[in-house]
Amino acid sequence: MSTVSPPLLSLEHLSAHYVSQQGTRVVCAVDDVSLRLGAGETLGIVGESGSGKSTLALTIMRQLPTAARIVSGRMMFEGENLLDKSDAEMRRVRGKRIAMVLQDPMASLNPLFSIGNQVGEPLRVHEGAPVAKAWAKAIELLRSVRIASPETRATQFPHEMSGGMRQRIVGAIGISCEPRLLIADEPTTSLDLTIQAQYLNLMRDLQREHGLALIFITHNLGIVAKMCTQLAVMYAGRIVEQGPVKRIFSAPAHPYTKALLGSIPRMTDGHDRLTAIEGQPPDLSNLPQGCAFAPRCPKATAHCRAEAPIEFILADGHSARCWLASGSATA
Amino acid sequence: MTAGSIIEAAGLTKHFPARRGLFGGDRGVVRAVDGVSFAIDPGKTLGVVGESGCGKTTTAKLVLGLEAPSGGSIRFEGHDLAALDAAGRRRYRRSVQAVFQDPYASLNPRMRISTIIAEPLVTNEATNPGNVRQRVLELLDLVGLPERSADLFPHEFSGGQRQRIAIARALVLSPKLVVLDEPVSALDVSIRAQILNLLRDLQQRLGLSYLFIAHDLAAVAHMSHDVVVMYLGKVVESGAARAIALKPMHPYTQALFAAALPSHPDEQREEVALSGEVPSPLNPPGGCRFHPRCPHATARCAAEEPPLIKVADRMVACHLLA
Repeated sequence: MSTVSPPLLSLEHLSAHYVSQQGTRVVCAVDDVSLRLGAGETLGIVGESGSGKSTLALTIMRQLPTAARIVSGRMMFEGENLLDKSDAEMRRVRGKRIAMVLQDPMASLNPLFSIGNQVGEPLRVHEGAPVAKAWAKAIELLRSVRIASPETRATQFPHEMSGGMRQRIVGAIGISCEPRLLIADEPTTSLDLTIQAQYLNLMRDLQREHGLALIFITHNLGIVAKMCTQLAVMYAGRIVEQGPVKRIFSAPAHPYTKALLGSIPRMTDGHDRLTAIEGQPPDLSNLPQGCAFAPRCPKATAHCRAEAPIEFILADGHSARCWLASGSATA
Repeated sequence: MTAGSIIEAAGLTKHFPARRGLFGGDRGVVRAVDGVSFAIDPGKTLGVVGESGCGKTTTAKLVLGLEAPSGGSIRFEGHDLAALDAAGRRRYRRSVQAVFQDPYASLNPRMRISTIIAEPLVTNEATNPGNVRQRVLELLDLVGLPERSADLFPHEFSGGQRQRIAIARALVLSPKLVVLDEPVSALDVSIRAQILNLLRDLQQRLGLSYLFIAHDLAAVAHMSHDVVVMYLGKVVESGAARAIALKPMHPYTQALFAAALPSHPDEQREEVALSGEVPSPLNPPGGCRFHPRCPHATARCAAEEPPLIKVADRMVACHLLA
């Protein structure tokens, strides 16, 4: 995260809350999140359901549902604060400079329009490409995501494609305007293993060819291990640990990260018990005082329960929000 | 394979008739499960691995008696299921229970937990209400839920707790075999290990046998004693879980395990890139069903179907290994 050039994306103390209609209940879905992503880097954001990782993605896209508000912070993208942009300006960023791929490809494709039409749409909208030119480019894009006989496929409709093909088509739409940043929210959850491997390899190739920065939002640490160079672990709306993937996998600093890594079954570990994390993820509208992980943490102290930990820098680009990490760190 | 198996399937086959077109009659069959054989010993776990459409869920349904096989046989404690009378079938259904993938869909939202867990008991046994309540509390304790859960509704529980309730319901009749169809796929990562540990503990305490179906290879390898790898309705490889995880032999198993995600960024995996996707089971390829995607396929693979034969410590269906 310490790139010499200014980062492509930098979030500074970003918070987004969901507010109930009467304004009585507030859910801090994204709480004081800071992170930096350099051009061409791959960041994995890992967390359980309700940890705020999808809300964070929607915040970056400025596509939060109406009940949610961005309450504070800055989002610098290519030197501009995205929060200062008007809705019209934001529309020109979305799909053009920042694109997003969602979990369910069937829900992201319109069943009534042909594949060629949908892949070419961002080009027509953002670059004013004429229909014939957009269609030709769409075929090229389909070929680049390894769709066989793209000329025929372009004239077909989403229901005629398999799940893996649909996901690749959504990927083609994502890269159609050559964005600088692609956010993929659980892109392979609905795919089979061998198809998932194909898709991830394809993403890696596309990234190399286009110099794309990627954000993978996932609950699967395996995807992070395979794809990412940087990792941010979210728990209850906060980033509890972030840093280079290899460093965190080898020496996790936060007890939650440690427990998460220990709870994955491995191919060759035989029949030992897994180290499970006891308890349940917290309710975001009713967070405990102090560290949100303290009730489940095996090492929690009175200090942890009383006061929320601040971010400690452990090493170059590696930081954790845990009082126990404070010994080896600077605040 | 051994005489003491709790359940033994031989040449198990299920074909579904496929209709084509609005006015078309029956044309062709979907060969969902085609000649599958396996056996599970008491207290052991058999893992079934494969991608969508390989027939693993149909196999589970056949074992549960939710579908009738088109061919082959299932023997439970030595008795052929097809030959059982009505009373025998009732006994069988009590001995085999299931836990499904989605605990949000498998629990009735209008029933209290005590009613949900007691339902199999009330349906199958004439017991007095006091005993039923006692049994429900015993089971809640067994799966690690507090007693007061009995009077709550499903929406008051998280995913992991709901799966514990589903496990309690499956165990209330003291079954011998539990079919686990993707029991942790719908759960949060930090909860999965809890449920896998619970299933493991229950197996040791109660001597249960499991038929464990999952697409997470590491979870299957962790939980199972034996593994069956299926592709398009056929078994391509079967044997001890550890042996297969360490050294897969069949090209499909190799590709599957190579496609599994690493558990550490430094873990080096040989990349076996499979081209294409799983063909339709309506019209499976001739010869070896895997040959169109196989990186090592020969002319013989396209022409002749390889039998499942014993190679070293396991069974493999591949001409290259014969």
